[in-house]
Amino acid sequence: MTQQRRSYQIGTGLFILLGFAALAYLATQTTSVANFSQGDSYALKARFTNIGQLKLRAPVKLAGVRIGSVESITLDPAKLDAIVRISIDKRYGEIPDDSAAAIFTSGLLGDQYVGIQPGGSPDMMKDGGEFVLTQSSMQLEDLIGKFLVNGSPQKPANDASKPATTEPPKP
Amino acid sequence: MSAERRPSMLGDALAQVGACGLFLLQVLAAVPKSLRHFRETVRQVWFVGAMSLVIIMTCGLFVGMVLGLQLYYVLSIFGGTAALGTVVSLSLYRELGPVVTALLFAGRAGTSITAEIGLMRATDQLAAMEMMAVDPLAYVAAPRFIAGIVAMPLLACVFNALGIFGAHLVGVSWLGLDNGTFWSNMTSSVDVWKDVVNGVWKSVAFGAVVSLIAVFQGYTTPPTSEGVAYATTRTVVFSSIVVLALDFVMTAFLM
Repeated sequence: MTQQRRSYQIGTGLFILLGFAALAYLATQTTSVANFSQGDSYALKARFTNIGQLKLRAPVKLAGVRIGSVESITLDPAKLDAIVRISIDKRYGEIPDDSAAAIFTSGLLGDQYVGIQPGGSPDMMKDGGEFVLTQSSMQLEDLIGKFLVNGSPQKPANDASKPATTEPPKP
Repeated sequence: MSAERRPSMLGDALAQVGACGLFLLQVLAAVPKSLRHFRETVRQVWFVGAMSLVIIMTCGLFVGMVLGLQLYYVLSIFGGTAALGTVVSLSLYRELGPVVTALLFAGRAGTSITAEIGLMRATDQLAAMEMMAVDPLAYVAAPRFIAGIVAMPLLACVFNALGIFGAHLVGVSWLGLDNGTFWSNMTSSVDVWKDVVNGVWKSVAFGAVVSLIAVFQGYTTPPTSEGVAYATTRTVVFSSIVVLALDFVMTAFLM
């Protein structure tokens, strides 16, 4: 009797352990928690005239591989541009100092991230270094605006205005 | 008496709901007393939880595999198969994990709770306990109720983990999706609190509801073999309806 009781108590304990192990696995391995790097990191700086929808802790990628994250975003009151501080894993210590930082959007509507295009300089970025070459985020609205403005003197404007003027009388 | 009651189905349903609510209060009041029978609670966690592991794990694996297959097909139309991990994990954590586990739990554990307590009622064991000054609410009802609340979230987590494993099996090992893409897309868009923990809250609520209905149906069954049979059926039907309805309400609140 006691033997049997012990066996189901052990079984219950194992079951509870398994359940919590599954929860811990889900919480740490399959969520954004898995992206927090525990290792040492170093800081770099980049200036952008427009950061778009870049958020804190957005990923920093080189060749598509996540190597760090955005630490802080501040406005430089003198130059009126955005200073983005990024922290990069110590593992990826070798970034040429003529590399360029750009803000990209993952997919058409995805989140924005900082992409680093490596340069060819033999010298590497140091802690606290700054990117010389930066490219601000592409604003979809601006692109559409430019497209419309550029396209208007030629065909699209006529096409767009014609149906507007010809259609109403029809019905 | 029954001739008068028959026509008002609505009244019957309301009376059931009211009785169930009162029963919940009684069980909650008996919970402190039931801690004296802690061993019984452990035995019930073993019975409704650990014994349900096989069915939960098998179903979790297959649900994950079929999700992987279906979503891969749908996503490939839009050229978005890279999002497979994200979509599978979000749909598992937020919806399918808690709900399917609760439905399986009602079928696997709820029915046996109802049948067991119903037979205790039919064979006057509950009355015998009362005569021995053992409160059946504290010794029979409360441990099973607590066990359901404890076991459901754990089972749902196991279900989710196996589901992810199944989707990985289909998506990566079989259909050739990139392993790194599968995981990195998942980790970048799944949030611990908003997705995983909300799912756990859901499954806690479902565990409470299913085990309450199971215990209530067993406790109030007519003491006949037919009554026990009907009570067992009602457990599955009512818990399924309530779980799905509650799921909608909780999703609206937890969003």
